[in-house]
Amino acid sequence: MPGVGEILDGKDICICAGSGGVGKTTTSAAIAAGMAARGLKVCVLTIDPAKRLADSLGLKELGNEAKQVDPALFEQQGVEIQGELWAMMLDAKATFDELVARQAPDEEARDRVLDNRIYQQISSALAGSQEYMAMEKLFELHSEGQFDLLVLDTPPTRNALDFLDAPKRLTQFIEGRSLRVFMKPTGLAAKVAGRGASVALSVFKRIVGFDLLADLAEFFNAFSGMVDGFQARAKRVNSLLSDPHTCFLVVCGPQGEPVDEAVYFHRKLVEAKLPFGGVIVNKVHYPAEELRDEGAELAASLEEKLGDADLAARVAENFADYQALAERDARNIKRLARELRTRGVIRVPILDEDVHDLAGLAEINRYLFASNEERIEIAAGRA
Amino acid sequence: MRGYSHGGPLFLPVPEIARNYPVTDLLDKRLVFVTGKGGVGKTTVAVALGLRAAAEGKRTIVCEIAAQENASRMFAHTEVGFHEVEMEENLWSISIDPDESMREYVLLQLKVRAIRDMLFRSRIFNYLAAATPGLKELVTIGKIWELAQLDRKVKQGRKYDLVIVDAPATGHGIGFLQTPRTFANIARVGPIHSQAQQLDRLITDKKHTGVAIVSLPEEMPVNESASLEADLRDEVGVAVDRVYMNGLYPERFSNEEAGRLAALADAESGAARAAARAGLSEHNRARSQRSQLARLRRRVEAPVKTLPFLFEPDLGLEGARELSQRVG
Repeated sequence: MPGVGEILDGKDICICAGSGGVGKTTTSAAIAAGMAARGLKVCVLTIDPAKRLADSLGLKELGNEAKQVDPALFEQQGVEIQGELWAMMLDAKATFDELVARQAPDEEARDRVLDNRIYQQISSALAGSQEYMAMEKLFELHSEGQFDLLVLDTPPTRNALDFLDAPKRLTQFIEGRSLRVFMKPTGLAAKVAGRGASVALSVFKRIVGFDLLADLAEFFNAFSGMVDGFQARAKRVNSLLSDPHTCFLVVCGPQGEPVDEAVYFHRKLVEAKLPFGGVIVNKVHYPAEELRDEGAELAASLEEKLGDADLAARVAENFADYQALAERDARNIKRLARELRTRGVIRVPILDEDVHDLAGLAEINRYLFASNEERIEIAAGRA
Repeated sequence: MRGYSHGGPLFLPVPEIARNYPVTDLLDKRLVFVTGKGGVGKTTVAVALGLRAAAEGKRTIVCEIAAQENASRMFAHTEVGFHEVEMEENLWSISIDPDESMREYVLLQLKVRAIRDMLFRSRIFNYLAAATPGLKELVTIGKIWELAQLDRKVKQGRKYDLVIVDAPATGHGIGFLQTPRTFANIARVGPIHSQAQQLDRLITDKKHTGVAIVSLPEEMPVNESASLEADLRDEVGVAVDRVYMNGLYPERFSNEEAGRLAALADAESGAARAAARAGLSEHNRARSQRSQLARLRRRVEAPVKTLPFLFEPDLGLEGARELSQRVG
């Protein structure tokens, strides 16, 4: 069974997707470092890195552009970066502003949008804008062609599916088709829309207050010259996502709920005809094969070896607890592999320390880029 | 038009931001938001709080927001949807869907049926409702407000002593709880403006409303809990009542014992070695967790309460029951 290196062979883009709290940021950084170690020029786009992880990558002062990570930092951890590792922290608002500036016919049109209060809300707070801008940045970097591989750490959403829907929701909003229909009350469209529309408008006006509606109208007016540009761009972003050189990796945890979400997300990827590459399960409790043979005698033999009945009992109890979790994880992962019809499940064990520095990344990389057999060996402390 | 604020005794009024109330226990409030980043166990803690309050005889409802109904699944219940469904004695559950909240809001606002029907069919209305930044979150909080009323607005609404909200994951800061304030600033006139202000007062009413953050003993969740608390304080005017440090491993071995386990792991093979290694890992994890716990205590103002890691295959209702003994 392949490791991440084989899955990403010949790919331009790797998108790490999954629900919150499963270690997506760490996994993305580790994958990027691993591929850079293999000689590629890689850029990892991250949204919300752990502070210490950001610090150790030299990301502290980074804005919305890529910066190279000092290879010496990795060498200290025994990882030789043959290629180049670049990283950037995505600023959704700045990316949106840049996009508007690029699409606007002139400076006046640009400023009208940038100054609009609805725009300011949307570009920083509207659900979906972060996801959309992440893809936008990905598209931009890909078009520039400076990197062999781009690794995207998707924004934290409660539901991984939000990520796929976001660009569509946002472009639909910007298009504002149904709204523009009744913004011109004298036009033919208004007659078609009819009385229902005017009632809807007046009720809405009463509910939200007139100011807001005026802002909305101004927003769509300001945007009207750019809608085609946005649509064309969104289309190209979409075709980039479904390109065979793009690869979605689903990241999850070994508990029932994250596995359910990974299964669901995989199904959505397949339905959307997006290229699925494999699944990475973090924080797995690896089973100890030995227990099956010696389980019954374990406590007694530990007592004999430690010469301390109380300590032996606690060690045995701890081991039993660990094994119960290992069995749960094995069950869930088996289900995951079955549902996804893949043998490409990469299991990263739960490490003694939570991963937030380069040493941790290097440790995770040993698993991500190993074959299945090698992973078991490493986990058992034999390799 | 009839607004939420019209008629009946108000759950509020309250003074602006009131921080000097005597400290009330979390479960003695009327409304408790359980918040935190994704994957920290918010739902489990929210249900545990619900079980505890219900056991104390309080009529309690646990609300999930636009979620996949993890709470009702915990009770092996079929999906509850936008209905208040009784899970156990004194304990109800509801999944608050923003579209349903919008619908109910309009129903409460408009008394003329024909207009309502026209509105629901109207693409433009639905579009506007979807397009207005924060409106969905606002009506969702409106629904929470409605649930917490002694004089319910919906027909035959049950009266609750306590409403517990499993708040959406904080991908970025405080979004959800900040919505009313943001909205009150955008919509400067109209009923929504005053309702948004009213909801903001509800959220910042320290006497009746509590906020608990759930965290984990890891670097990133600790950082995020600290900045979440600061943002809630500085930008929403909410003082967090409590931070739960969830999933704390037991300290099973002393450092001296860990040394003996390390020696055993080196000397042995087979199961004894695997068991010794598992013991060492547990020791290391427990230690690293204790330092994260110390960091959390240093970095947050609210009292920190610890919840144990449960060595159970799948954290369901039994897990929540176990935690309910310790959340109070």
